[in-house]
Parts: sequence; C-alpha cells; structure tokens
Amino acid sequence: MNLTLTVWRQKNASDPGRFENYAAKDIIPDMSFLEMLDVVNDRLVAEGREPIAFDSDCREGICGACSCVINGVPHGGHRGTTACQLHMRHFKDGDTIVIEPWRAKAFPVIRDLVTDRSAFDRVIQAGGFVSVNTGGTPDANCLPVPKENADLAMDAAQCIGCGACVAACKNASAMLFVSAKIGHLGLLPQGAVEQERRVINMVAQMDAEGFGNCTVTGSCEAVCPKEISLNFISRMNRDYAVALLKGRQPDRK
Amino acid sequence: MNAEAPKPVNSKLNSAVPSGPMAQKWDKHKFEMKLVNPANKRKFEVIVVGSGLAGAAAAATLGEQGYNVKCFCFQDSPRRAHSIAAQGGINAAKNYKNDGDSVHRLFYDTIKGGDFRAREANVHRLAQVSVNIIDQCVAQGVPFAREYGGLLDTRSFGGSQLQRTFYARGQTGQQLLLGAYQSLSRQIGLGNVKMFPRTEMLDVVVANGKARGIIVRDLVSGEISAHTAHVVVLATGGYGNVFFLSTNAKGCNVTATWRAYKKGAFFANPCYTQIHPTCIPVSGDHQSKLTLMSESLRNDGRVWVPKNAADCGKAPASIPEADRDYVLERKYPSFGNLAPRDVSSRAAKEVCDEGRGVGPIVDGKRLGVYLDFADAIKRLGENKIRERYANLFDMYERITGENAYQQPMRIYPAVHYTMGGTWVDYNLMSTLPGLFVAGEANFSDHGANRLGASALMQGLADGYFILPYTLGNYLASNYAAANPEKLSADSAPFRDALSAVKEQTNRLLKINGKRSVLSFHRQLGKMVWDKCGMARTEKGLKELLREIPTLREEFWQNVKVTGTGEEFNQDLEYAGRVADFFEFAELLATDALHRDESCGGHFRVEHQDDEGEAKRNDDDFCYAAAWEYAGDGKAPILNKEPLEFEEVHLAKRSYK
Ligand SMILES: Cc1cc2nc3c(=O)[nH]c(=O)nc-3n(C[C@H](O)[C@H](O)[C@H](O)COP(=O)(O)OP(=O)(O)OC[C@H]3O[C@@H](n4cnc5c(N)ncnc54)[C@H](O)[C@@H]3O)c2cc1C
Ligand code: FES
Repeated sequence: MNLTLTVWRQKNASDPGRFENYAAKDIIPDMSFLEMLDVVNDRLVAEGREPIAFDSDCREGICGACSCVINGVPHGGHRGTTACQLHMRHFKDGDTIVIEPWRAKAFPVIRDLVTDRSAFDRVIQAGGFVSVNTGGTPDANCLPVPKENADLAMDAAQCIGCGACVAACKNASAMLFVSAKIGHLGLLPQGAVEQERRVINMVAQMDAEGFGNCTVTGSCEAVCPKEISLNFISRMNRDYAVALLKGRQPDRK
Repeated sequence: MNAEAPKPVNSKLNSAVPSGPMAQKWDKHKFEMKLVNPANKRKFEVIVVGSGLAGAAAAATLGEQGYNVKCFCFQDSPRRAHSIAAQGGINAAKNYKNDGDSVHRLFYDTIKGGDFRAREANVHRLAQVSVNIIDQCVAQGVPFAREYGGLLDTRSFGGSQLQRTFYARGQTGQQLLLGAYQSLSRQIGLGNVKMFPRTEMLDVVVANGKARGIIVRDLVSGEISAHTAHVVVLATGGYGNVFFLSTNAKGCNVTATWRAYKKGAFFANPCYTQIHPTCIPVSGDHQSKLTLMSESLRNDGRVWVPKNAADCGKAPASIPEADRDYVLERKYPSFGNLAPRDVSSRAAKEVCDEGRGVGPIVDGKRLGVYLDFADAIKRLGENKIRERYANLFDMYERITGENAYQQPMRIYPAVHYTMGGTWVDYNLMSTLPGLFVAGEANFSDHGANRLGASALMQGLADGYFILPYTLGNYLASNYAAANPEKLSADSAPFRDALSAVKEQTNRLLKINGKRSVLSFHRQLGKMVWDKCGMARTEKGLKELLREIPTLREEFWQNVKVTGTGEEFNQDLEYAGRVADFFEFAELLATDALHRDESCGGHFRVEHQDDEGEAKRNDDDFCYAAAWEYAGDGKAPILNKEPLEFEEVHLAKRSYK
C-alpha cells in the first residue's frame, strides 16, 4: 500500500515545531506501525534527510517506550494495543496518517515524537514502592494473599508507564497511572502497611509535576494498552480521602 | 583484528573460588570477606551501568547500604530495561510443591542444562540464593500468581520435570523489574542513588590498572562527559542483536562490555548463544525484531509438522492424526514438548530443512512448525487455556492476524539469549580490577546453554545478593576506607578516554556515505545467523571470518550518519552500537571456530552422534575460553579456565 504521513517535526524543546508530509510507499500489511516508520526513515536517510525521531525498544507492547498519537488517538486506538503492536493491515491504501507526540505540559517534547516522561519516575520516587531493604525478608509464603486480591493487584501492576492516559486526557491528568500503582500495592498486605503515606506523597508529587485534574471522562481507560480500569481511580480517591481525614501530610523533601 | 589462528597462552585467570565443601563455600566466603564500616560507605563512589534486573537490584541495594551510587541507562526510564520483556517465570529451589526440589537439584539441573560448561561453585551459590529472591520480591509487592489458598503458585518450564518456576501471568520480567525499579526509585528519592537515564556509557576509564570511572554521552544534549568512581559495575545485558533479528529489545547492544574488553576485561565464550524454540516466524524483509511466545506454552501445546512434505501447504485441520509427526514427543519421549531449548530448536530446524516446515514461503523455504493447543483445549476447556495464556494468544493474533484457539500457532526458533559475556571470577569481578559484571552481561552461570526461567534468577541473585557483598570486600581490600583516594575527572586517564570517545563519534559523523546504519546491521546479522547461528561448520565460520572484515570496511567508508553530535541523534547512537557489533562478530566467529566440539547452544555440524545429538569433547574443551584483547588488527589471545566437576559428574546430556 501507499500512504501519506503527516508527521510532527520539532528539532528540540525550544523549536516551535510543525507538521511535514512524507510519502510511505510500498508498505506491507504485515509490517508493524514502527516497522513502517523504519522503512520511511531508511529512505529519508538515503536521501540525506534527517529521520523521524521516535522512542521504541521492546516492540512487544511491554516496555512502554513507544509513544505516538496516531490520527488523534494515543497508540492509534486499537483495544489493548501499543503503537509497536499496531499492524499496517488496519490501514488502507491511500490513507493519510497524522502522527504526533504525546502532548502534555508535564511531558515536554525532546525531538519530533520523543517526549520527556521523567515526571512519572518522580511520582514513583515519591512513594510508589514498599519500604523494604534487601535481605531479612520473611518466607514468601508466610503471608497468604487471597487469589482475588493478587489477581486484581496484577491487573493494576500491568501498567507499562507509557503515558497514553495523560496524552488522551483533555486535562492531561495522570490519575490512571498513579492510581494503578496505588491500587497494586494497596491490595497486597506487603504494600497496605504504608498506603496512607504513599497516596498522600504520590498525589502531592503528581500535582507538583503539573498534571491536570481528573474529570472522569474515561478517555484514559479507553486508550490504555493494558486496559487498566477506571475503578482504580475511585479506589485511590477513597484511600486519599481516608489519609486526609486522618490528617496525613506529604513528607517534606 | 584479523582471522589468524589464536594462540593459547598460560592462564591469567584466577577464578577465586573459595576452598571447602561446595555447599559451604558461599557462607564461608561471606564470613571471610572484609566489610566497609557503615560510616565510611558514603565515601565510596559506585557506578552501576544498567537498570535491568541485575543493575537495578544492585544499585538499589548498594544505595540502601549507604554507598554513593550513580546508575546509568540508555532508555528514558530505568523501568524500560530489556528485562521488562521476560514473560515466563523465575526459578527458585523453594520446593513449595513438595515435588523433590532442593538447592542441590537446581544446582545439578543448571550444570547439566549448561552442558557442563559452567563453573560449579558459582552455580551452586546461584541455587542457594534463589530462595531468598522470591522472599525479597514478595516483600516488595511483586504480584506473583497464587493459588486459592493464598499461597504462591508455580509451574514447570523447559528443561525441568519439577514445578519450580514462579510467575506473574505472562509478565514475570515486568513485575520483577518493577519491583527492583521501585526499590531503586526509593533510593533515588532518598538521594542515595543518582539516576542518569538517556545516558550511554561509551568507555571504561582505567587508572593505575584499576577501573576508575566511565565516559558517557548524554543522549539528549549530546554532551560527552566523564564520571569517576572507586568501582564500576556493568549490568548491560546480552549481545543477541549481533544477529540483527532476535527477541531482544531494539536497543540491546554489546558496546559496554566490548569497550571494557578493549580496556582489559576478557570476554568469555561468545559462541554460546541461545536460540529459543518458540518465536513467531519471520514474515518478510521488513522485519525489525522477532517476538517470543513464552516457553510456558509448551506445557500445553504440542509441536508437530506433517509427515509428508506434500502436506505442508495444506490447512492444518485437514491433516489427519496419522499424517502428523509430533517431533519432540517422538524423539524425546520422557521430556516430550518440554525438551530443553537447544534440543527443541534443532529439532525444528531439522524438519524444516527436510522440507517439512509450515507457514508462508520466505526466501524459498517454509520456516515454521505448529504448536497445537487443540488437545489441551479439549481436555481443559478454552477458558482454562485463556486464563493461562490469554496475553500470549492476543499478542500472536495482533502480529499474525491468526486466532490460535482455532488453529495451531506457527513457531520457529530465534536468537534469544547470550550465555557468553565478560569473564568474571567468583566475586563477579572481571580481569580488569574494580570492574564487576552482572546479569546477562557476564558469562558466569549458564555454561553453554541456559535453562528457562534462570536468567531472571541470575540477574537478581547477582544484583541483590552477591555484588553487595563482593563489592564491599573489594573496596575494603583496595582502599583506605576512612579516606579513599579520589581521582579528578580532569586527570589524564579521563581526559584521554574522553577525547578518544569524541574522536570515534566524529569519525562516524564524517563518513557521510550512502548506506544507512540499519542496512549494514541487517546484512551483518544475516551473515552471522547463516554461518554462526543454529548450526556451525568449520567451512562456514572461515568464510564468515573473511566476510565480516570486508563488510566492516565498507561500513567505515560508506555509512551515512545524519545530524550532528551535539543533539538528540538516534542515528548516531545506533551507528556506534553497530560499529561495535562489527568488531564483536569477529570474536564470536573466532570463538565458534576454535571450539571444535558441540555443546549446548554451540552446535558444530562436524560433531554429532548418529542421531544428530550434540557431541561434546571433554578431553579437549572442558574449559571456559576467555579472550584477551591484543590490540587492533591483532588476533585475540585465548586464555583457558579449566572447569572441574567435583559434584556433578561429567555425563552426556540426555533428554530421551
Ligand atoms: C522476550 C524475552 C523473554 C524472556 N523471558 C525470560 C523468562 O521468562 N525467564 C528468564 O529467566 N529469563 C527470560 N529472558 C531473559 C532475561 O529477560 C534477560 O536475560 C535478563 O532480563 C537480562 O537482565 P540484565 O539485567 O542482565 O540486562 P537488561 O535487562 O538487558 O538491562 C540492560 C541495562 O543496561 C543498560 N545499558 C546497556 N548498555 C548500556 C550502555 N552502553 N550505557 C548505558 N546503559 C546501558 C540498559 O539501558 C538497561 O538498563 C527473556 C528474554 C527475552 C528477550
Ligand atoms: S516499544 Fe515497547 S511498548 Fe512499544
């Protein structure tokens, strides 16, 4: 198939950026979306032009590196699918495809489709962990965990930290990401111990990073490649309310 | 380098294995090692390159202990290291299933699975600490699969008749890495570890014979800078991408360990590469990587091909039972579909070479075998299979457009893991003092073949439970703890290394040729796969050793690297990695040619028995081959570490 790509090009953070058009010729339906971009880039290089910068690593939908908005939808809008797992058989000969980076204040553009998502790392650093050191931990089977809780925790833990939820949200809210970690750890006895402290600290950091508020439109859940449920946001709100009522304050840095 | 015959010399290798009975070596060593006083730990600078299981676990633990740690990775976040992609599970000798497991049995299985080419003492220690890993991960909140009683579930995995594999759906690597990443994040938040994402290490700095720091490039700004340390840890993963197509993430590369090799860290057994039997077959020339279907699928799937080549193009359902050849069940009745990876991979290659492969014709051949779940679905119901493997079946459908509940999957072997790596002693220190190497990047525990679910175990063992002890011992033995000598990043060794790195970068940018980096990498990879992949011959390897330098020369004259060095430039990053693969590929082929035997993942066609099984030669090759850099254009020097087997007696590996 032959396609036209309309791609966001931006040399660095201070460049205002603009769209440019490229022809993507002889694309095979079995190619993944990123393989299609590889082909286009290879041709750009052959012509001595600069290739389109985009993040990717695993190309199996698990590392969360790939991150582009395809025709207005993060990852392209196929259920449970990252951009690297999207295949060209979903497009038609002659299509024009618009490709943009994540757009959010907290994720500044580094170049073309590459953004800086380190805000997510800082939110985890604020409390997305269990405070145990290596060594001296009890036998793994000493605390039974109901299978239902373990399974639900795993549903949340699957988050790949790609940031599609933020990119899809009109407020650029990070609630789905943050609530997935809080849900995962809070559902397990090992993590429940410090849940109040965790939720207060993570939410404070989330706000400090400039993510917006949640107005429950559900667009995050719709684009999440791991199909993480909005229910985790409600859970987090409950945990947050409890922590506030108990007068919890964020730890000072 | 050139291809002249390598000369063996006297060993410069001291494995530093403690004396005493096997089962007591580690405890004894832990007691004998020197300690650094907690108050002094902060004075020591530790560099950890890599944030996969090995690197993140090490950096977090060393941070907790109070060292002054810097951690580097090339991805935008430490959470994206390649370990994230591991699917199947992690082994541990917990014996929760009461099925006869023990430390000794895991040790025994790993030695045997490695085809008697690993160092016994290291492997025994690995089996010992495996049990602590599971405890640690559960405490961190890793959501392992559980049974209705609330206790941990386990399953069996290729090469084992026991159920010793712990798992978190099909995303075990992800969950273990997130556990380590979270511990690391906690240390970053506390200020004990400073993290440098999107930063690539391009050289090790050696001063007075010791590793004292690294040179890195900031991948966003392009700035090249030096970092000093008292000890450097490389946990930079494997080199599977020398084959271009592999199941590794796109970024995986050999640069860190290769550049360390050139600074004096011997590289061991590069020819031990693992081919994984269950990957989605290649669909065309555009292919950028291969996708693994977890081996756990072999618990319920049956591998078959048509008995008659004439049936290969037909719909699988139309081929009657009597005309199917269940290859693994026929050849290996006791292990059947769970036979180890190398054995299963070769069986698939054999039937495809006979013309009995299935799937589309690519390059004139059908390269695929069926992995059929029909019987398991009949026996257990589709729901049970869905519960076990839904994410894998979904992934298969996304890539191939086929529904594996209704028709068999097609699979074919692909490069997956590299057992070879930097040579390390019992303390995980390389031949360059002060340079430690952990995880897939070292050569240590898997011999010539790794068993399923053992890489995650090894990475975490190295990072959580081994390095934190052995590093302290090195520091306490080599520095005055109260006032450890610091070097300036402006001193001569750092300045020299920095300008060498800048020079290489500029050289790449100046070539301004006609071919893309990608096209060179693809061509190199195909060459190495064809002649040094699943089956290797003396003739093929010699040809390969002539072809690599020719293509490498063309690369240095005709590659096109766009952009500049002072900006975010993925083309430049990639060019540097491929340049190193070009040099490394030659060492890989040299090692494969010198090892004139078949063992584990290294199959020399000349050495097989009547039934096509690998034939080891213990009289001549029972050693680890550690290659020493002798200078550009010079043949590398072979050093041999003899392997002695006290506990597990050398025997033919049989899975019949
Ligand atoms: C698809 C797949 C499935 C697998 N499944 C399993 C399984 O089920 N069970 C199992 O036991 N094993 C499995 N393995 C193997 C296992 O995942 C790996 O061997 C293991 O995760 C390697 O961990 P590591 O910490 O050594 O390195 P990696 O996770 O590869 O991490 C390397 C780190 O080094 C950094 N790095 C590398 N070079 C540089 C440089 N020059 N500068 C700066 N940073 C650098 C990277 O950024 C990264 O952080 C699987 C492998 C694959 C490919
Ligand atoms: S590249 Fe890893 S999720 Fe897409």
